[in-house]
Amino acid sequence: MKILVCISHVPDTTSKINFTDGDTKFDTNGVQFVINPNDEFGLTRAMWFKEKQGASVTVVNVGGPETEPTLRKALAIGADEAIRINATPTDGYFVAKQLAEVAKDYNLIIAGRESIDYNGGMVPGMLATLIDANYVNNCIGLEVEGETATAVREIDGGKETLKTTFPLVIGGQKGLVEESDLKIPNMRGIMMARKKTLNITEPVSGDVATKAVFFEKPAPKGAIKLISPDNLDELVDLLHNEAKVI
Amino acid sequence: MSVLVYTETENGKLKKTALEVASYAKGVADMLGATVTAVTVNAESTNELSKYGVDKVLTVKNDKLGNFNAKAYADVLKQAAQKENSKVVIVSSSANAKFMAPILAINLNAGYASNVVALPESDSPFKVKRTAFTNKAFNITEISSEVKLIGLSKNAYGLKENNGAATEESFSPELNEADFSTEVTNVDKVTGKVTIADAEIVVSGGRGLKGPENWEMIEELADVLGAATACSKPVSDMGWRPHSEHVGQTGKPVAANLYVAVGISGAIQHLAGINASKVKLVINNDAEAPFFKAADYGVVGDAFEVVPQLIEKLKEFKANNA
Ligand SMILES: Cc1cc2nc3c(=O)[nH]c(=O)nc-3n(C[C@H](O)[C@H](O)[C@H](O)COP(=O)(O)OP(=O)(O)OC[C@H]3O[C@@H](n4cnc5c(N)ncnc54)[C@H](O)[C@@H]3O)c2cc1C
Ligand SMILES: Nc1ncnc2c1ncn2[C@@H]1O[C@H](COP(=O)(O)O)[C@@H](O)[C@H]1O
Repeated sequence: MKILVCISHVPDTTSKINFTDGDTKFDTNGVQFVINPNDEFGLTRAMWFKEKQGASVTVVNVGGPETEPTLRKALAIGADEAIRINATPTDGYFVAKQLAEVAKDYNLIIAGRESIDYNGGMVPGMLATLIDANYVNNCIGLEVEGETATAVREIDGGKETLKTTFPLVIGGQKGLVEESDLKIPNMRGIMMARKKTLNITEPVSGDVATKAVFFEKPAPKGAIKLISPDNLDELVDLLHNEAKVI
Repeated sequence: MSVLVYTETENGKLKKTALEVASYAKGVADMLGATVTAVTVNAESTNELSKYGVDKVLTVKNDKLGNFNAKAYADVLKQAAQKENSKVVIVSSSANAKFMAPILAINLNAGYASNVVALPESDSPFKVKRTAFTNKAFNITEISSEVKLIGLSKNAYGLKENNGAATEESFSPELNEADFSTEVTNVDKVTGKVTIADAEIVVSGGRGLKGPENWEMIEELADVLGAATACSKPVSDMGWRPHSEHVGQTGKPVAANLYVAVGISGAIQHLAGINASKVKLVINNDAEAPFFKAADYGVVGDAFEVVPQLIEKLKEFKANNA
């Protein structure tokens, strides 16, 4: 089994989000970047396949040189090799098109349900369609036997089980593995990662269909109304007459 | 030209989000001087759609589409968009719609903007406002392709009545055998319970509740409010509650009318995921908990005292307002 894990390089979940250049660009100043959490679950599941079923694991990112530490971290967690497609990820379609060039050589492609920066939720589905692969989104469980896969998908109000075949792209999330299965790279992993190959390839030309042109922050919140625990009638009244939510 | 909208059903009935996307489609159509065509799959009745501004309903009836299948449904919508010459296609943010939309985007050569929260700011260039950085910001996205696909955030636009008369037309798109190479073998769905995705009110519990045995009062509170139950990440990590209840930046997003947080501190990752909710009520015994800075209403108190009392007050309220 040849597994490709798509890694999106995103601001750490605690980051303060700010913009520059007249609110047209994300301000990376002082921001710590990490492996997109959904992708980390996928990568960890890929490592499980490697250990238990014998798979090779390649990680890929579409991005500039600044994303290399993120790819190195994935190597330290245990991926065999990394590919960086040297382009600024302008929109989901552009990224999917770049990934499609690489993905053809793999039979299982693990991506995340969404990246926590632009929350597009579109790259894996677009990629699957471009390479004519099967696709399962919101994937919370994945088993493989030969060329057949059983995937569990979260749906609104429950889950469903799907049977499908390779080539397969999944959009994964927590559930693929448990939180406690996530690995923090150890010293040995970090040393080994330095010797692993990180290939840099050039992008193919691709159109951009969408463009983030401007950013805004949500309006600041008004002051909170505190209600005494001895006066819950007032709370019910406020929820009914003021907030009009009950 | 008509704006195409995918109006989802559940067990043959139109979902509430279907009426919301229909309302939104009408808003877009008015901007563009276009009509609204809705597509339904295996719907029992589509009458309601005319109330929300739909001019024409394409009804698809096919047993092969009994279970949701993203590729096949994308194929249905693609053919509908081509038949109607639609340049704008609108879908919801349900799990199924988000599964299907990227496939449809490629099939239609359409630029896709997900999590859109308002009517387009302008139609040429075509600009929409969407959430980004998990509700920590908004971004204005310009879609430059000829066909545009919009995924509307839940509860962002609301229902807008618009009386009209919709004509119904049965539509039989060609289905491709290859679309069925991914097959649903089992569906495991809680029935008779409000889901986080559809709920108007969500009641959520955190580590402050001490243990799974204390969730009875959370469920009872949810019950009186007709709400769905949710939880913070550590609560699901510890197995107190199922993963499907985990909300936040790495869990499910919540865009409810009312979000009630009990014993949740209000960490940035938690807030990011629930911030799109309109009104937030927090119950926490620590007045310094960060959640108090992000909420509209707050009770500083012990959940084990406040929640049972609140349940009683709400029952009284319901009895008086029934
Ligand atoms: C990468 C990453 C992603 C994350 N994603 C998410 C996410 O998606 N969702 C999420 O929720 N978290 C997420 N977290 C975790 C987050 O940082 C917090 O740790 C978590 O939200 C805290 O959960 P909590 O509020 O239930 O628990 P705590 O922080 O322990 O808070 C418990 C609260 O209960 C109150 N309390 C205690 N006793 C009582 C009582 N008797 N009555 C009333 N109140 C009481 C306390 O005052 C306290 O405020 C993420 C963290 C990381 C690093
Ligand atoms: N620049 C990128 N490089 C590699 N993979 C990506 C990139 N952007 C997104 N992905 C993958 O696609 C998933 C969904 O991202 P998105 O569609 O941007 O929300 C992510 O979880 C990644 O697995």
